[in-house]
Order: sequence, then C-alpha cells, then structure tokens
Amino acid sequence: MTHLALLAQQLDQIFVLAKHWLLGFVPAGAQPLFSAVLSVVPVILAFPLLFAITTWIERKGLGRMQNRYGPNRVGPFGLLQPLADGVKSLTKEDIVPLTADHAVHFLAPILLVSAAFMDYAVLPIGRNMVIANLNAGVLFFFAVGSLMELAVFMAGWSSRSKYSLLGAMRAIAQMISYEVPLVLASIVVIMQAGSLSTVAIVNMQAAYTGIWPHWFVFTPWGFAGFVLFMVAATAESNRSPFDLPEGESEIIAGYYTEYSGFKFALFFMGEYIGMFATGGMAITLFLGGWSAPFAFLTWIPSYFWFFAKLLTLIAVFIWVRGTLPRLRMDQLMNLAWEFMLPMTLLNLLTAGAWHFMSAGLLRWFVCSTMVVVPYILLSRGLKQRKKFQIRTYHFSE
Amino acid sequence: MVGEGILKGMAETARNFFGSYVSKDRLTTVQYPEQRDAQIEAARSFPFLVYDGADWHDGMRCVACQICEKECPPKCIFIEKSKDKKPDANGKPQFYPATFNIDISVCMSCQICVEVCPFDAIMMDVDTDLSTDDRFGGLLLDKQRLSKSNEYYNAIHPTEAAAVDARLAVERARQEAKAKAAAEAKAAADAKLTAATPAQPASGEPR
Repeated sequence: MTHLALLAQQLDQIFVLAKHWLLGFVPAGAQPLFSAVLSVVPVILAFPLLFAITTWIERKGLGRMQNRYGPNRVGPFGLLQPLADGVKSLTKEDIVPLTADHAVHFLAPILLVSAAFMDYAVLPIGRNMVIANLNAGVLFFFAVGSLMELAVFMAGWSSRSKYSLLGAMRAIAQMISYEVPLVLASIVVIMQAGSLSTVAIVNMQAAYTGIWPHWFVFTPWGFAGFVLFMVAATAESNRSPFDLPEGESEIIAGYYTEYSGFKFALFFMGEYIGMFATGGMAITLFLGGWSAPFAFLTWIPSYFWFFAKLLTLIAVFIWVRGTLPRLRMDQLMNLAWEFMLPMTLLNLLTAGAWHFMSAGLLRWFVCSTMVVVPYILLSRGLKQRKKFQIRTYHFSE
Repeated sequence: MVGEGILKGMAETARNFFGSYVSKDRLTTVQYPEQRDAQIEAARSFPFLVYDGADWHDGMRCVACQICEKECPPKCIFIEKSKDKKPDANGKPQFYPATFNIDISVCMSCQICVEVCPFDAIMMDVDTDLSTDDRFGGLLLDKQRLSKSNEYYNAIHPTEAAAVDARLAVERARQEAKAKAAAEAKAAADAKLTAATPAQPASGEPR
C-alpha cells in the first residue's frame, strides 16, 4: 500500500522531479535561468497544442449540435484539420494596408499572444507546478489580462480601417465593462482565502470532508461567483454570445479585419490561449485547481485533474457558443452594468455573511437567500425595462 | 428569470448533439464525392448541344441560326456560321456552327437559350463537376465539349426528352409525307409531261 502511495506521489510529481534532475546537469550560476526556461517551455508547448485540439473539438461539437459531421476529411475523424489550417495560414500572403501604422500593426498580435501567455505564470497546473508563486498572483493575472485590451486597441487603431476601429471600440467597451464583474466575482474567493496567491487558494480547497472536497463553488457565494465569473470570462474572451467585436455581419471581422495569414492565426490563438487562461483562473479560484473531485481519487495525478476541468469548461464554452445567438450592444451593456455588477457587489456581502456566521444550516439558508432573492429581483428588473415599439429612423425621413 | 431560456436552449443543443450520434436520419449530410443523391429531373446547370445518331459532328441538330446567341442575357454564347451546308439528321442540307462556344463562367443558367431554340438543339445539362484549374480555357466550352448525345439527354431529363422526341418524330413524319407527296406530285407531273408530248423521242436516244 505504501509502495502504491509512493508511486502515485512520484507520478504526481514526475514533471517536478524531471525538472530537478535536468537542473542537476547545469552549473549553479545558470540554474535560475534554466529553471525558468524549463518551467516556461512546457507551458508554451502544451497550451498551443490544447488550442489545436480545441479548434478540432469545437468544430466537431458545433457540427454535431447542428446535425452535421464537422471536419472529417483530413486524417482520421478530421484530426489533422488544425495542422492543415496551420499550414494554410502560414502559406497565405501577409497583407498590410498601405496606410497602416506598420510597427504597431506588426506588434499588436505579438503583444496579444504574449499577454495571453503571461497569464499562465501564476496558474498552478498541478501540485508544485506553478511558474511563479507570486503573493499577489490574482492581481498579476488580472493586470496582465488587461494588456490584451491594449493589444486589441493597437490592432484596431493601426489598421486604419473603419471596421477595425469600430470593432476595437466595441471590444474595448465590452472588455472593460466585463472586467469589473470579473474582478469583483473573484474578490469573494480572496476574502475567504485571505490570500492573493493562487497556490494558497488552491491549497485551501484541496482538503476533504469525508469524500467531498472544499471547493469554493460548493458554497452559495462561491456558486454565484463562479457563474458570474464564467459569464464575464466569456465576454472577456470575446466568445459567443458576446462576440460583438467580430460581428461579421456588421463589421467584417472587427479589430482583425486587416490581418491575414499568420498574424490572423496569432490573433485567433491569442484569443483561445486567453480563454484557457481565464478558464484556468476560474478552476483555480472556484473549482479547486488541481485537486481531485473526490477524496478517493487523489491518487490520480494533479495535472490530470487540472486539464480535465479545463477541457470540461472548454466544452461548456463550446456548448454555449452552439446555443446562443449574438447579443446586441445595448443588451450586452445592460447585462454588465445592471445585472452582473449589482450581483457581484451583493455577492461580496454574502461572502462576508458566510464568513462571520457560524457553520450550520442557518448559514446556508441565509446566504442562499442572499443570492437567490437579488437574482430574481434583478432579472425581473431586466425584463420590465423591455419596451416594444415601432422603430423610427430619423435620418431616413 | 434570466437564464431560463438559456437553459432550455442548451438542453435543445445537447439533444441535437447526442441525437446525431444515435439517430442516423438526423445527419442529412451526403458525403459528396463518394455518395451522391439521385439527381432530380428538373435540375439544371449549364446548356449543352444535342446530337442524334453516333457522330457528334454529323448528328448535330444546331443549324447556327444564332437566335440563342442574340437572346442570351449575359452574352456567353459565341457562334460562327459555316459557309457550306451539311446534311442534318433528316438528311436535309443545313448550315452548321463552325464555332460554338459557351463561357460557363459567364453563363447564369437561365435556360433562355433552350426556350428560344426552334430546333431543340440546345438543352440544359445537370453536370456540376466542372471545377478546373484553368479558369479561362477550362471554363470556355467549345462545340465538341458541348455536344452530348440524345441518349444522354433522355437519361438526364426523361420526361422532357420524350416530349421532344415525339415532337421531332411528328415533324419528321410530316417532312417525309411532304417529301413523298412532292415526289409523287413530281412523278405525276413528269408522267403528265411525258404523256402530253408523245412526239418526243423515246428514252435511250442520245440528247
């Protein structure tokens, strides 16, 4: 039994042990640099691979939701489709508009992708598997995440195209509006954990009562926070139903209208990498990070659980994309400021009440009421404001 | 409440997702080059020229009247009339197109050429496998590429072709009857002529 436990532990730490083993060959002076490289390179390899797999899953899944097959020509079950897409985007001509600001136009996709990758610095992918255990990890995550907005605006501005600029303006308005509920929804976890370190937050959740884990999502404020966080994350990563910035029927492709070839592919990848990062943050904050869902499953390596949860969240993202139509701009803004923001603010009070009340059924009842009642009232408020009337176009008369 | 409709919609997409693995009639996609649906009779792609008999050039019904060329809205037909005449399927000497080109990159499949043709010589094809890597020559069809047999026409549009064949048979019978009547009349006239001039020397004598 102890042998098995040791084996499970070693399997869990296999990447950590491998890194230490490799570092043994390097002179002491160069060890910090090599340690950084050995931590960063796997992330830079693993997540683009996940991106490739996700594009395949997404196209297959969306196809099935619309009663189609999805890609099934390139390779078995169309599995080599991402490779074919990559080759295609590499061989395409890279067109830069004549009047574009060439330097900024060139830098925008690079900044987007690097900002997306920097998010992973603080994500604990497994036990002892985090690139940098910052004591302000959550803060770092959101600070770097907002760099993506800068990249989007650089792209829209430098293209010197009306569609790009309008798309960028929409994207910025949306991303800034939803950044507020995104951060506020995660504050409840920081309140409860008393730490901004992602590692500490996961460690708090990796404990069990009986077989049940101490994930924050299994509390009223945690559940509300998780749902709000996921809605805001969908909007942050410009995914359907919040994909207004690339509303192809109105503004061609939004801020990346003037991008082609591999720069376009970089934008595409940056968005997905960013989506995985926010998904990973949701897992870290609410779904117990790398911890197993049941106490008797802890022998399965921690990194497996992280990626299993991430793939589940990706599947939900795809499912939502296959279901919902795109929102209108005013609906988008109303949802952010009239529903999400009050809900997240009230959720802070709920988390506070949870913290100061003693454990028991009463605490559950009070906190659940504090979530459900505002939810019902706010959603009624959203509905009542709907006025149907004949639209008049002032400029056509 | 917010989210109620979303959950309903997500249940619907989930039903579609799993249903597509279970029930085969949900997936209506035909895997095109390997599988093909039966062609519907009224389908049409681009015009072709009908010929009777075995040889495409000898049996060509087209007499280069150029009505289709004039009527074609996008002007995708180009015809050059021949200088000489050749016998058509009925043996009657007719002009024939020295050049007959249709640029199918311009053609809009309107079928007006078919409607105006007095000789039932041009008909609509159903072939859609026309993609080519030569966007000029590959899409400019000459008269040899346009020519297809009457049997082919009968195969793709059986009802329409049967009607055309019946009409042509009636026309042919009428032509034959007319020719026969003319021949008889001519023979009778000849007989009358010979009877009226008995003084003429008998046949066999050198003229």
